[in-house]
Amino acid sequence: MKVAQLKQDWFGNVKGDILSGMVVALALIPEAIAFSIIAGVDPMVGLYASFSIAIVISFLGGRPAMISAATGSMALLMVDLVADHGLQYLFAATILTGIIQVIFGFLKLSRAMKFVPRSVMIGFVNALAILIFMAQLTHFSGQNWVMYALTAATLVIIYLFPRITKAIPSTLVAIVVMTGIVLLFGIHTKTVGDLGNITQTLPSFLLPNIPVNFETLAIIFPYSLGLAIVGLLETFLTASIVDDMTDTPSNKDREARGQGIANVITGFFGGMGGCAMIGQSVINVKSGGRGRLSTFVAGAFLLILIMVLGGLVVKIPMAALIAIMFMVSIGTFDWSSVFKIHKLPKTDATVMIVTVVIVLLTNDLSKGVIAGVLLSAIFFAIKISEVHVESELDTEINKRIYKVRGQLFFASVTDFMKKIDFDESLQNVEFDCINVHVWDDSAVEALHKIEMKFKQRGILVTYTGLNAESEHIRKRVSSILKSDS
Amino acid sequence: MFKKILLAADGSDHSVRAAEYARSLAEKFEGTIDVCYVVDGENAKADVLHHNDPFEIEMARKEKILQVREQFELADYPYELHILHGEPGPTLVEFVNERDYDCVIVGSRGLNKVQTFILGSVSHKIAKRVNCPVLIVK
Repeated sequence: MKVAQLKQDWFGNVKGDILSGMVVALALIPEAIAFSIIAGVDPMVGLYASFSIAIVISFLGGRPAMISAATGSMALLMVDLVADHGLQYLFAATILTGIIQVIFGFLKLSRAMKFVPRSVMIGFVNALAILIFMAQLTHFSGQNWVMYALTAATLVIIYLFPRITKAIPSTLVAIVVMTGIVLLFGIHTKTVGDLGNITQTLPSFLLPNIPVNFETLAIIFPYSLGLAIVGLLETFLTASIVDDMTDTPSNKDREARGQGIANVITGFFGGMGGCAMIGQSVINVKSGGRGRLSTFVAGAFLLILIMVLGGLVVKIPMAALIAIMFMVSIGTFDWSSVFKIHKLPKTDATVMIVTVVIVLLTNDLSKGVIAGVLLSAIFFAIKISEVHVESELDTEINKRIYKVRGQLFFASVTDFMKKIDFDESLQNVEFDCINVHVWDDSAVEALHKIEMKFKQRGILVTYTGLNAESEHIRKRVSSILKSDS
Repeated sequence: MFKKILLAADGSDHSVRAAEYARSLAEKFEGTIDVCYVVDGENAKADVLHHNDPFEIEMARKEKILQVREQFELADYPYELHILHGEPGPTLVEFVNERDYDCVIVGSRGLNKVQTFILGSVSHKIAKRVNCPVLIVK
C-alpha cells in the first residue's frame, strides 16, 4: 500500500512535475537572492538554502507539489540576528529552528492552527507584504532616476509579458532582458555583485563556528522560536491552499517534521532557514506540478543553474530584483480584505489591523500573530460573557420566572446578577436555565449567592432545566445547594 | 440538439443572464444542464485565507454562484454542479473536450473587470478551442 502511494507521489505525473519544477527553479533564483539581501546575507546563503530545503522536503514533506525554500517571512526575522551576531549564529539558529519544528510536528501542533482566527492570518499575510515592500525602499537611497526607471521597466515586463506567453516565467524574462540592457548600454547601476558574492561551488557540510554554551543558546533561542512559528504558520496556510487547488488532502504534522529536518540539514550546509512559499507553490501547481518530483526538480535545477550561470548572476541589476520583490509584495497582499473591510464584523477588522500594526512596530511577524490571537480571544470572551435575561410574573402565585440564556462563567456572573431584582416582594422565584451552561466555580457560587440573597428575604428559589454537565459541576462544587430539577 | 448543455458560470451578472438563457433553452429541448465553476490560483488563495476549513470554503463558493443556481432551483429544473480548479479558459476547454456536450453557454464578461487587456477573455478562449457550438450571452 505504502509503496503504491510512494510511486504515485513521485512518478504519477512525471512530465508535468519536471516541467513545473523547472519553471519554479527559474522563478526561485531572483527570489532567493532578494530574500538573502533582505536578511543581510550573501546571495549564496539563500540559494543553498532553497536547494537544500526543496530537496529534503521533496522526500520528507507531507504536501506533494508544495514548494519550500528561503522565504521573505523568515528572512525578515533574521535581520537583527545577522546584523548583531553574524552568519554563523544564523546557521545555528536555523538548526535550532528545525529542531523546534520537528518537536512541534511530533506534538501534532497543526491542531493549534484552529485557534488562529482567519483575521489574524489575513493580518499576517498583509503585514508580510508590507514588510517586503518596505525592505526594498532602502535600496533607493542615494540613487538617481536611472534606478527608478529600470525598476519601472522591469515591472512592465513582469506584468505584460504573460500576454505573449505563459510558458516562461515573466520574472525570469524580466531579469534576462534587464541584465542584457544594462550590460549592452553600459548603464551604471547597483548590481547583485555589489551586495554579495556568488561562489560557484557545491554547498559543504560545516559545523557553525559558535561557542557551544548557554549564552549562545539564550541568544539564538528567541529567534529560532519566532522562525519556527512563522515558518509553520506560512507552511500550514500554503499546504491548505495546495490541498484546495489539487483537491487532495495532506498530512500537516508530517510536513512540520519535514520542515524541521529540512531546516536542520540546511543549517549544517550553510543555508538560511526557510518554509513553504505561497507564490511559488501556486506557480508550481498552475504549471502542472502535482507530485514530489516537482519539488525535487525545482531544487536540483536551481543548483544546476547556479553552477552554470553563477557568474552572470552578479551582473543582475538590483532594480530588477527590487521590481520582482514589489511584484511579490503586491501578490502576497490580500486586497479583498481591504476592499471588503467595511463588511467584516468590527472585532475581526480590529484584530486584523492590530496584527498588522504590531508586526510593523516590532518588525516581527510572530509577535503580531500572538498579539492577534490574544486579542481575538479577549473579544470572544467579551462576546460570550453576555447573559440574556427575560422574565415573567405569575401574579396568582406571586412568582417570577426568569428565563436565562447564555454561558455562565467568571466573566459573565456580575452582569447576570445585576439583571435580577432581589427587592421584589415575591413568594417564589424560578430560574429557567434550559438555555444556560454553567462553566466554572464562579458560576456555581453565583447561583448559590442568588439563592441565599432571596432566602434572606424569605423567597424560595428553584433552578430548572439545568443540563447534565451544569448539574454535575454544581453538585461537585457545593453540597449545600438545594435543587429541584 | 441542445440535449447536453454546459453552463460556464462565475457568479457575475453576465453568468446569471447566461444561466437564464441556458434554462429556457434546456426547458424547450428537454436537455440536461451541467454548471461549471472554475477556481483559479488567486481565488483558491483568497478562499483558503478567508475560511476556516474546506467545508466552509465549499459553502462560500456555492454562495458565490447562488443567483446562477437559483435560475434552476427556483424553476425546479435539475442541474449538476462541477467545481473545477485551474485557469478558467484552459480548464473549461479541457473539461468540455473530454466529454460530449451539444453546447457550451457562457456570459460575455466575467468578474475580472480589471485589465481584460492583460488577462484576456475567457469566453473567447472557450469559443476558440472547444469542440462544440458555443453560445455567448451578452
